[in-house]
Amino acid sequence: MTAPSLYAFVGALLFLVGLYGALARRHLVRKILAVNLMASGTFLLLIALPATAAAGPPDPAPRAMVLTGIVVAVSATAFALALARRVRAEQGRPLLPGDASEAAQGPTDDR
Amino acid sequence: MTWPPFIDLLLATSLVAVAWAALAVRALFAAAVLFITFGLLLAIAWVRLAAPDVALAEAAIGAGLTGALLVDAIGRLAAADRER
Amino acid sequence: MLHRLLTAAALAALGAAFFAALDAPPPAATPLADAALARLPDSGVSSPVTAVLLNFRAYDTLLEVAVLLLALASVWALRIPAPPSPWPPASPVVATAARRLTPALLLIGAYLVWIGADAPGGAFQGGALLGASVVLLVVTGAAPPARPLPLRLALVAGLLVFALAGLAGPLLGRPYLTWPPSLAKPFILLVEVFATLSIALTLAALFVGVPPERPDPGAPR
Repeated sequence: MTAPSLYAFVGALLFLVGLYGALARRHLVRKILAVNLMASGTFLLLIALPATAAAGPPDPAPRAMVLTGIVVAVSATAFALALARRVRAEQGRPLLPGDASEAAQGPTDDR
Repeated sequence: MTWPPFIDLLLATSLVAVAWAALAVRALFAAAVLFITFGLLLAIAWVRLAAPDVALAEAAIGAGLTGALLVDAIGRLAAADRER
Repeated sequence: MLHRLLTAAALAALGAAFFAALDAPPPAATPLADAALARLPDSGVSSPVTAVLLNFRAYDTLLEVAVLLLALASVWALRIPAPPSPWPPASPVVATAARRLTPALLLIGAYLVWIGADAPGGAFQGGALLGASVVLLVVTGAAPPARPLPLRLALVAGLLVFALAGLAGPLLGRPYLTWPPSLAKPFILLVEVFATLSIALTLAALFVGVPPERPDPGAPR
């Protein structure tokens, strides 16, 4: 196993970990964090996967795409966090409506 | 099977472990700090993948600014909770 | 609990498919990479990533600057509560660090933008560093109060200069956003400088979250 294929594997794993966190965690900020992990996993795949094959100079296009992706991800995160704060202001808990009715029955925690 | 260099193995396990911990830990502030750590480890991974410009952007934007946004949001939510 | 197990099971199935795909033979090298590297000398810069970002795929970068601005407008539109003013006092460590580091950060940020033509760097990295230094000033309460009109002008300057500079293409009979090869580097530098300014201020403004208040015209100065 070469180093790039290891990182491609890690990228896929991070994507799955992030996807699980985005679905299974209730707190909105934690969901946002999980989606950021998914994005990082995707970026790793984008750069590591071509590197497993090619010898020779590295391909500049995926690196440019990932740079763009990082900036877009931070913009989306900032907007999502502002939305989470508004949800909390309107409804009292930073949870989605379905999760909020579930959480009303159980103990409150940051999950 | 030839193993990749030890640093890559170390980085790979740390990345997955820190990512899982960021989602599993109870306190939100700890999750944000672990996310910043994850971003910095990812920046080193970018260097290992011969993408130094991505490493710079990841450290500054991915770890730094996203981490600051997360910590700020968590602090504001906690302050609003304390005011109730 | 059940739905968490179902989620994990579905993700395990997805993971299995994922890793099976990773085992497949790696993708063949596309001709795009060779084409991009072959035209590098014509691009005006010697860093392949900067050439792709600001010359070959300049349209994507233009839209990326627009996305940053759009995100800021959306955050402002949500009307989240303003941060406490003045900002709560920071620890002496942060305050001293902000004071000492800011000049170095400004210099390194500008350097990153300049060196991006030939080495890792560029508008986004430099802009992020400058934005971080502004955030550091904001958090320690040392940032000068932003005046609404100059701030808005600086925020849109990046997008505006980029979009207008792209018109150099049609004016010379080429597609939009195609730099004339002999003037590629000056155009790229011009676009990068204003983009850096906008990116830095947009990132800092995203952190603050609220637009600067208009000064009350009736209040004594």
